[in-house]
Amino acid sequence: MRQYLRNTWDGIYTAFVGMKITFKHLFTRAVTIQYPEVKVPMVDRARNRLYVNIEDCIGCEQCSKACPVSCITIDTVKSTPTDPVGTTSNGKKKALWVTQFDIDIAKCCFCQLCVFPCPTECIKMTSVYEYSEFERESLIYKFASLSEAESAEKKANYEKFEAEKAAAKAAAAAKPADQNKTE
Amino acid sequence: MYEFLNELLGNQILAMLLTAAVPLVFILLFTLFAVWLERKVSAHMQDRLGPMRVGWHGSLQLIADFLKILQKEAPVSLEADKPLYNFAPVLVFAGSFAAFAAIPFSSKLIGSEIELGLFYILAVSSFMVIGILMAGWSSNNKYSLLGAMRSAAQIVSYEIPTALVVLGMIMLTGTLSLTKISEMQTSSFWNWYILGGPGLSLSKFLLIPFMIIGFIIIYISTLAEVNRTPFDIPEAESELVAGYFTEYPGIKYAMFMLTEYANMFAVSAIVSILFFGGYQSPVGYLGNMLGIHWMIPFEQAFWFISKGLFFVFVQIWLRWTLPRLRVDQLMALCWKYLIPYAFLNLIIIGIISLL
Amino acid sequence: MALKTERMVLNMGPQHPSTHGVLRLELEIEGELVTKVTPHIGYLHRCFEKHCEAMMYNQVVPYTDRMDYLASMYNNWGYALAVEKLCGIQVPERVEYIRVIMGELQRIASHAVAVGTFGLDIGAWTPFLYLFRDRERILTLFEMTCGARLLYNYIWVGGLSHDIHPDFVRMTREFLESFKPTVTEVNNLLSYNKIFIERTANIGVLPLDTAINYGCTGPTLRGSGLAYDLRRDDTYSIYNKFDFNVITGQGLQGTLGDTWDRYYVRVQEMLESVKIIEQALDQLPAEGDVQSAIPKRIKPPKGHVYTRVENPRGELGYFIISDGNTNPFRVKVRPPSFVHLEIMDDLTRGHLISDIMAILGSIDIVLGEVDR
Repeated sequence: MRQYLRNTWDGIYTAFVGMKITFKHLFTRAVTIQYPEVKVPMVDRARNRLYVNIEDCIGCEQCSKACPVSCITIDTVKSTPTDPVGTTSNGKKKALWVTQFDIDIAKCCFCQLCVFPCPTECIKMTSVYEYSEFERESLIYKFASLSEAESAEKKANYEKFEAEKAAAKAAAAAKPADQNKTE
Repeated sequence: MYEFLNELLGNQILAMLLTAAVPLVFILLFTLFAVWLERKVSAHMQDRLGPMRVGWHGSLQLIADFLKILQKEAPVSLEADKPLYNFAPVLVFAGSFAAFAAIPFSSKLIGSEIELGLFYILAVSSFMVIGILMAGWSSNNKYSLLGAMRSAAQIVSYEIPTALVVLGMIMLTGTLSLTKISEMQTSSFWNWYILGGPGLSLSKFLLIPFMIIGFIIIYISTLAEVNRTPFDIPEAESELVAGYFTEYPGIKYAMFMLTEYANMFAVSAIVSILFFGGYQSPVGYLGNMLGIHWMIPFEQAFWFISKGLFFVFVQIWLRWTLPRLRVDQLMALCWKYLIPYAFLNLIIIGIISLL
Repeated sequence: MALKTERMVLNMGPQHPSTHGVLRLELEIEGELVTKVTPHIGYLHRCFEKHCEAMMYNQVVPYTDRMDYLASMYNNWGYALAVEKLCGIQVPERVEYIRVIMGELQRIASHAVAVGTFGLDIGAWTPFLYLFRDRERILTLFEMTCGARLLYNYIWVGGLSHDIHPDFVRMTREFLESFKPTVTEVNNLLSYNKIFIERTANIGVLPLDTAINYGCTGPTLRGSGLAYDLRRDDTYSIYNKFDFNVITGQGLQGTLGDTWDRYYVRVQEMLESVKIIEQALDQLPAEGDVQSAIPKRIKPPKGHVYTRVENPRGELGYFIISDGNTNPFRVKVRPPSFVHLEIMDDLTRGHLISDIMAILGSIDIVLGEVDR
């Protein structure tokens, strides 16, 4: 009987305790915000969309090797002495034309492992987080600054240079042989 | 109101239709407001903002939702018992709509001034059980079936404590007419039955604690009858997904929602009529003071709706505070706690009223 | 003549509001009474263990994040500890302190979800959102430190990806101060509520011997009354420097080892974690490079290693076999959630459908970890 009355009392009392708490919260400030109008400021270390400053990229492919989901595809062509690539912003001489630098952001897992090994700090994570697309293809970001024609040209250049070099080498190799012969 | 309209229009059918339309419009408007209230109250209780986009502070959100729901395709499962499936939401809504016929919104605004108003409401609201069972059975979904079974057991059980408290009130008032019960508690909140009813005898003061107990019992049991948390076991979303209306899409689902909110108001109205003077103002009428007598019914409607809304607010408040009971505990609460207390209360009220 | 009856099979999940992810429970019911529960798993299987074999050691860390996504820090930490043990790397003291702070913050965040969703399963919405509000603040602390809110990739082999933010200590202290009242509030609103007690006490009683036989760990085991905590009993990192209690279930509201006990162990553990973080913040060395011990290229010697940490859910173990290459030969995880899911059938037999939700919530599984 005692337990019975106690249960009744507990049931009513604890309900009122709870109601008091929720009533108090009725007048506290809401913590949610109206998202598209009000936005949470991103912290400076925010890890969102990847950005590549292609001017500084030396095409070392360290980022694509570090990526655990292989979302970075890089293709490079060696430069020729007659057509140098230029230097990075910190004065490093670039030796490679970056003909392709694609990041499939749909695959990206935002782990930031690609950012740490970059020697020129050209790949970084920005605080842009609103970049949804209707097509999956639009999520493949192409960072390479060279157009296809230019890439082809650089490639041809390099091949030509290589061919010339090989020819020169062959010529150089042939020459001493000739000299030997004459002697 | 029907008599008034009948005289005015001279056409019985038209008068009937108009009389019936008033509660329907009221239910729609009330649902519009109550859903908004529920969303906003729950949001602010949880430190959220709730809907903010459509209209001022999301006040038109439900209209947007309703438009969306109207456009929805209404697929019916192949295994469903189609006639029953389609009829169930109508029946459920009819049950709760019928109850509104006898609810006096003011001394003039009442659908049907029947002598057995209280009895009629109690009887007609259990009509819903059939609709719910139909919905659960015809959906051919296990969750729906379980929800319907729970609901039927729950509503039938909780009729008993409600009826016992109502019985006590009938003993005190001597009438089943809701208008008459309201008229007895006229002129001041001092005459409300929660404070022992009219008069200034000893029995009035003796009655007060038992009236409060009676009020709590009827409030809890009506809460259970309309399937609100902590008694929303038939539609417990963490167990049964959505209970008996799991399979209902679009407008049929909206009917169930409408029923839920209509019921919330109906039971709040009954509680306020029995214990809080119904449409009577707690302090007196502005119309009497100013001598404008046609204003009084409107004031009465205002007080009635305010009281109803207050109890709806408490229902919402409880919903966002309390966890849900289990089905056997729900039955235990009814049979082991509410009914014995209601019985005791009934006997004591009987003894006191003899004094 | 007896009425012909048969048991109804009810499929709960994989799409169900309270199966905590994509778990499918096959219930055999007689009316509301459950006679058998068969959990079906695998809906979230992502081949974590096989993936690891194709990854370099440091590339595995982002994958560990995605196992127990409510306690990513701990997954990172357990893996880092295993590889460090394999390579014999000593990490600086400051790193250890930051790891402890992050781990314990993660424990609070994870328990907050566990406690909140448990309330949600019982039908109480509001405490869940109060706890989520505070969890968001923890996530902001994490975001400030490493840039991500959920999948951190923060604790690396030999160090950390970033040093803490200059404001971190101050903001953490502020958070801890504001968190204590929340726990009291949740206790008043939920833990001591009569309906909640009725729903959870004496439900899903897990006797201690059953718990041990099934290999339960963490709050699930402690709820049954055994004070077994790897932080104390198999100390790793610098947990021996802190003063904290190992919370056990007391059977306060019913039988020892019921769902209420498991739930309450988590509530109290949040406060213990607050205590640990406060001590760690006091003792945190001011200076020190958090990346000094990170090896350039991780190439452990041949061998194998098993380490375990006290994940918010229990014992999280990593077993790594190295064949001397840059990739692990085999990574095996001992997930606490998977082990705990096995006791479902034992716990739920003879209970009602509503109790399934309470029991499932009280053992606090994360399907990402069960399926990996």
